[in-house]
Amino acid sequence: MNQKRKTRHSIGTHLTGYLFASPWLIGIAVFFGFPILASLYYSFTNYNMLNRPAFVGLSNYKVILTQDPYFWKALFNTFYFMIFNVPLTIVVSVLVGLLLNQKVRGIRIYRTLYYLPNVVSMIAASLIFQWVFEPSFGILNQFLSLFGIEGPGWLVDAHWSKPSLIILSLWTVGGPVLITLAALQDVPKAQYEAATIDGANALRRLWHVTIPSITPTLFFNLIMGLIGAFQYFIPAMIMTSGGPVKSTYFIAHEIYEKAILEYRMGYASALSWILVIIVLAITAIVFGTSRKWVHYEN
Amino acid sequence: MTYGSTWYRSLFTHLMLIVIGSFFIMPLVVVFFTALKPGPELYILPPKLLPNVYQWSNFKEAVMTIPFVKYTLNSLFIALFVVVGSVVSASLVGYAFARLQWKGRNFFFAVLIATMILPGQVTMIPLFVVFKQIGWLNTYYPLIVPAFTGSAFNIFLLRQFSRTIPQELSDSGKIDGANEFRIYWDIILPLTKPALAVIAIFAFMNTWNDFYGPLIYLNDKNLSTLALGLREFQQLHGVTWNLLLAASLIAIIPSLVLFFAFQRYFVEGITLTGIKG
Repeated sequence: MNQKRKTRHSIGTHLTGYLFASPWLIGIAVFFGFPILASLYYSFTNYNMLNRPAFVGLSNYKVILTQDPYFWKALFNTFYFMIFNVPLTIVVSVLVGLLLNQKVRGIRIYRTLYYLPNVVSMIAASLIFQWVFEPSFGILNQFLSLFGIEGPGWLVDAHWSKPSLIILSLWTVGGPVLITLAALQDVPKAQYEAATIDGANALRRLWHVTIPSITPTLFFNLIMGLIGAFQYFIPAMIMTSGGPVKSTYFIAHEIYEKAILEYRMGYASALSWILVIIVLAITAIVFGTSRKWVHYEN
Repeated sequence: MTYGSTWYRSLFTHLMLIVIGSFFIMPLVVVFFTALKPGPELYILPPKLLPNVYQWSNFKEAVMTIPFVKYTLNSLFIALFVVVGSVVSASLVGYAFARLQWKGRNFFFAVLIATMILPGQVTMIPLFVVFKQIGWLNTYYPLIVPAFTGSAFNIFLLRQFSRTIPQELSDSGKIDGANEFRIYWDIILPLTKPALAVIAIFAFMNTWNDFYGPLIYLNDKNLSTLALGLREFQQLHGVTWNLLLAASLIAIIPSLVLFFAFQRYFVEGITLTGIKG
């Protein structure tokens, strides 16, 4: 064990590692590290990019929490969307995944078709569904009228606008479905056989073998879903511009407006930090409780 | 899963697949037929799916309403650079995480995961300020340069995939006296082609469809991308739905072509790269 030679060899190896990783290391310094610190700083200032940032302490945060006419509405909308969209997406992705996992002829074609909406750009999908949801001429209300049901105003009705957005987001459930499908295909066959021998029927096999086995993937989809839900605003912006009565106005939309349209960088930064803290808190809770329900294969 | 292969079970499954599948497909079918309708036919009641007159000229008119070709070329330009950047960066950095030992590797891997969780809003504002100050607003630089530093997802994907390549291959390269870069270039890189293909395809599609980036960074109409350009239809006075939908259909053609040509990579790309664990 020649200690000197080992160290010389190691330094070269370490350097090589850093060299290969350097594009990303530079990237996180420039595109993550610096901006995170900068936005925290901005949140304590008023800054419109024309003059230098002016320090205002906690004033931005105070205004947001007490005087901003739309902040609490936007926060409510965002939470509403998260609470309904995320669990629904997971449940639907599991059900559709189970369906697409069936061994029938042509199942590959079905999988392709179910993923097709994800290939369409978000803007195209939004425009398409703006037509689908059109109260008088859209296909949804036309379809409902076949059953004698008079459809609601969907996007233009303050009570149906958020559910409409959730329906649209389920249209692209193909993404999570594929990930869930891959996990379903990986469930060890031996466990199914053992369960069958123990007399378990299909439903019990599902609950005691399948679901526990895919919990790591469900965890992944849950985290990704939560992150996405808190940043959601573009389809809403395209289809409704945040109305009616700001029922589809989301936090991320307000941040975009204040920063890019109004150049109120300090205020927008404070908004984004409130968002970050909420997201981190929820993510931490999910990570914390994950031990109880996520089963990893060892 | 082994069930009895009864015919009615199979029929029921097909029925379910079709009923649920129609939710995914019907909007696109309706869009296709609506795009072909002449203006007045859009609003007749009771509404019909199929047009009385197939006005194929709608497609031509849609292409002429906005600078379609220019926007398409712009989107293509950006997408190609992003694909190159994504593949190169993910390959190099994924190699570092997967097959090299270096101090701090585990720490930085945790950082990698953390960056996937961060809401984009918090970094967007200072980046916007910096880009404005260095004159990158209204250029393609903000959309292209970050791709060359590697996205966490792509790096993660490639790392998972590279780890499945046997260590013996790298070791035999070392025994033959090759330095680390040659091992990477000659041995490992060719073996990661399936994962790189997945990254390339997704990078192209995401850039082609990207609305948020161009929305924030591009003001000049001449620089606009197709995704951003579609919105112009919406902003014409009196939305001409048939033209708008026609334009949307044309805009999704490259994605569709790519998708059907490489669907194996989409539908099985997840399994291919082992991300699900």
